[in-house]
Amino acid sequence: MDFWIMIEKMLEGFEKTCAIFFLTLLFSLPLGMIITLLSKSKLKIVSGITRFVISVLRGTPLMLQLIAVTYGPYYLFHISVSREKLIPVVIAFSINYAAYFAEIYRSGIESMPVGQYEAAAVLGYSKPKTFMKIILPQVIRRILPSATNEIVTLVKDTSLAFTVSYQEMFTIGKQIANSQTSFVPFVVAGIFYYVFNALVSFIMRRVEKSMSYYKM
Amino acid sequence: MNILNMSNIQKSFGDNNVLKDISIKVDKGEVVSVIGPSGSGKSTLLRCATLLETIDGGSFSYMGEEVCSVKNGKVVYDKNLNKFRHYFGLVFQNFNLFPHWSVLKNVIDAPISVQHRDKNEVKAEAVELLKKMGLEDKVKAYPGELSGGQQQRLSIVRALAMKPEILFFDEPTSALDPELTGEVLKVIKQLAEENMTMVIVTHEMEFARAVSDRVIFMDGGIIVEEGAPNEVFANTKNERTKQFLQNYSKNEY
Repeated sequence: MDFWIMIEKMLEGFEKTCAIFFLTLLFSLPLGMIITLLSKSKLKIVSGITRFVISVLRGTPLMLQLIAVTYGPYYLFHISVSREKLIPVVIAFSINYAAYFAEIYRSGIESMPVGQYEAAAVLGYSKPKTFMKIILPQVIRRILPSATNEIVTLVKDTSLAFTVSYQEMFTIGKQIANSQTSFVPFVVAGIFYYVFNALVSFIMRRVEKSMSYYKM
Repeated sequence: MNILNMSNIQKSFGDNNVLKDISIKVDKGEVVSVIGPSGSGKSTLLRCATLLETIDGGSFSYMGEEVCSVKNGKVVYDKNLNKFRHYFGLVFQNFNLFPHWSVLKNVIDAPISVQHRDKNEVKAEAVELLKKMGLEDKVKAYPGELSGGQQQRLSIVRALAMKPEILFFDEPTSALDPELTGEVLKVIKQLAEENMTMVIVTHEMEFARAVSDRVIFMDGGIIVEEGAPNEVFANTKNERTKQFLQNYSKNEY
């Protein structure tokens, strides 16, 4: 196979890799916040169940979760598996990453000094206003480094979609490697991930810098 | 009229009875200092009055309107608690400024977004207050760029911008360098001269003596003695007060 044809095919796969990446961020970042708030609920049942769900999502392999979400409906309800696997893949990634982001948000929220809440209370801010205007902006700044870590991992984790044969870059690279008995597709894939992550790190550093205009 | 009227306040943390039956009245324009050893309940009293803690017994009111009272072991609050939050301000020992907001935003945000007052009017007042406190060239700075004394003056401005009827100070100079205490005390003294109603928890005895109309000495969750500064500081008949003040002057070796 011509080198450039291979690159072209892998670029097609890279589009799908990007689709997993951006859709997962789009859903998991807000979902993580909802999970955090549920895990801090005063209702013991709600917080208990939420914490259990987090522990399952963090305690079992993402690969297994991908298989469960993609093929689970068939085994459980005999619903045929759709050929378009983007939806189950994004669902599995979003839920899994939401659990990790939830823990990051939680650590950020719990690191806030209690004095910030008290000052807000005395000034008459309602609880939602306190959270949105005073706590959350500071939490975001505090958690950026660990969120960057997670986002970099997500770039690489998109390759796990090969377990359900979703035609993202790594799956295609693996297929080409097998049919051509060549290692080159893996090298190409490695370079793609590396460049993508270099870009992600660069952007996140800029974001961090733009938020560090004040001292904590 | 009493701005603040606390009667028979009780507060415990577990088995620790921090406040045992405390009653305090503060009149308009009065400056009351609360002194006493650590753990005597001074700060807890302020935290109860500012609704940061719930009381376990007694009741209190602002401007003659009852905020909360304990009936049959249950705390009953007025339905419109936010109204009362506009009656008082609290200056914390550790300032508790909002670090992500500029000096100006720290002052104007609550009056605008909580009290829904006119933005331009609030801004003009804030600039005026900052000027009065010597912070006019810090309007655009962030709290982290200010010295401790400047931060505490800023937090006083933040509280004043809400136009409270009464201002509480919880050891306002305890987190400051000795060199910076003076500038904060000066500002509080200035407010006293303008007849601001204030309750000041402090360890600065000379200051308490100079600035207050009344001094309250607390120990072990009760008010041991209460009176004019000269009575308490110079002519106390109370043994516990005498001992406390002597220990204080002994430290100044």
